[in-house]
Amino acid sequence: MNAHVTQIRALARRSMLKTLRQPFQMFPIIFFPLILLAVNASGLRAATRLPGFPTHSYVSFAIAVAFIQGAMFSLINTGTNLAEDIESGFFNRLALTPLRRVSLIAGLLVGVAALGALQSGVYIILGLIAGAHLHAGLGGVFVIIVLGALTTLGFGAMGCVAALRTGSGEAVQGLFPLFFVFIFLSSSNLPRNLLRTGWFHTVATWNPISYLIEAFRSLYIFGWDGAALERGFAVAIGVTLIALLAVVGALRTRLQRT
Amino acid sequence: MIAAPRHGSITRVALAIAWRGLHTYVRRPDLFIPSLIFPLVFFASFAGGLSALGSVPGFHFPAGYTAFQFVFILCQSAMFSGLFTGFTLAFDFESGFARRLMLAAEDRRGIALGYALVALSRAAITLTVVSTVALLAGMRITGDGVDLIGLYGLAALLVLIGYGWAAGVAFRFRSIQAGPLMQTPVFLILFLAPVYVPLTLLKGWIHGVATVNPATAFLDAGRGLISGAHDHTALAFICAIGLILLFGLWLLSGLRRAEAEA
Repeated sequence: MNAHVTQIRALARRSMLKTLRQPFQMFPIIFFPLILLAVNASGLRAATRLPGFPTHSYVSFAIAVAFIQGAMFSLINTGTNLAEDIESGFFNRLALTPLRRVSLIAGLLVGVAALGALQSGVYIILGLIAGAHLHAGLGGVFVIIVLGALTTLGFGAMGCVAALRTGSGEAVQGLFPLFFVFIFLSSSNLPRNLLRTGWFHTVATWNPISYLIEAFRSLYIFGWDGAALERGFAVAIGVTLIALLAVVGALRTRLQRT
Repeated sequence: MIAAPRHGSITRVALAIAWRGLHTYVRRPDLFIPSLIFPLVFFASFAGGLSALGSVPGFHFPAGYTAFQFVFILCQSAMFSGLFTGFTLAFDFESGFARRLMLAAEDRRGIALGYALVALSRAAITLTVVSTVALLAGMRITGDGVDLIGLYGLAALLVLIGYGWAAGVAFRFRSIQAGPLMQTPVFLILFLAPVYVPLTLLKGWIHGVATVNPATAFLDAGRGLISGAHDHTALAFICAIGLILLFGLWLLSGLRRAEAEA
């Protein structure tokens, strides 16, 4: 058991350092969501004048999207890093060592979850500096970090699936727009009650990303909204479990090929 | 003694590159599909998801919110068609094709012109699809035929602006690694304009930035042309032509550098 933990810890550390040491991977995770937040919070401030809009602060409303965008970037970074390891042969060499199969990916994903917690903390601080008000207080900070880590873990696992299935960093990068579509077609810019175009409202209601965003958002705007948090955590846990199952299958196939 | 380029050699080189570029574009789904999906998703997200903004107090646009957002998508698609062609040029340098092309071309300015034709052809396909989808989605056009010619003429100029910038970068760096350098400034300039609501409804720092941003003139002019209520049309065309000249110099100096270093 101890050996197992040591293996996971070593690979988690490598996974974190690999991302933290590459500025071109850190830049999109930290700055891109914040640039979009700055632009959208200013450009869409007029939306707070709509009857039924839940707050007077668009920053507090929009900051939730940053957590999801950060998780999406983690998906791409995790997948690209793993694909690079596959392309360079490092993954195969690792598979030939006495390392347990599950540690190969578990280490990577523990590192991803830790980075998810870290980036959530950064968004919280920068959001507060930008003028967002966290209605749920200190307890909300804890919940955001846990939900942020869980969401990043789930998305990171999806990145692993893509990398294991394709073995190509370019192919993983190509998936980025596909995943970003889910953010666009959600309640990211307006609450669902104000999505007046029928088909868009339906898509946003079926889109699980809407519930993740609304869980983060509820902590900023309403404080403690049990229903929003339940739905958000249910989506995060569901996505993580499905992605982990897919990782197990993809890993088995990849190692059989090896 | 180096023979002077024959008369018409620029056109020959340009047409050959344009044919190859367009042929590659339509035969590669990994290039073709994202270039269509991106603007359509933006259009769906903005025109569909933000339609409630059309009823914000102070928002008056005769053609409706769908047309208001369509103009942004049109401008964005046009500029990104130019940018994506810059990516293609950078990729051609990475693969070694562009270097061979520079050895073979009688007049290398034809290379720059050829890729410009590729950008315009790609934009024509994208804008046709986006416009068709917008009309099917119920977009209203209250401008007349001449206004629409002006709108699509402005879009063509924006293609050349995006291409001029991106190709200048591509000729200098000759690597796809320079992609973010091509894309990020254009993305920021576009989003620091009145994307979601008119300039009068923007408040704070973004109002100041949008006031001096040339993209604001493009959006105002485009929205004026689609609605028939002209707004800053002359300013937009003057800005566009000025930027084309500026980025034309940027592109040609990049070409000279590529010739010197290749």
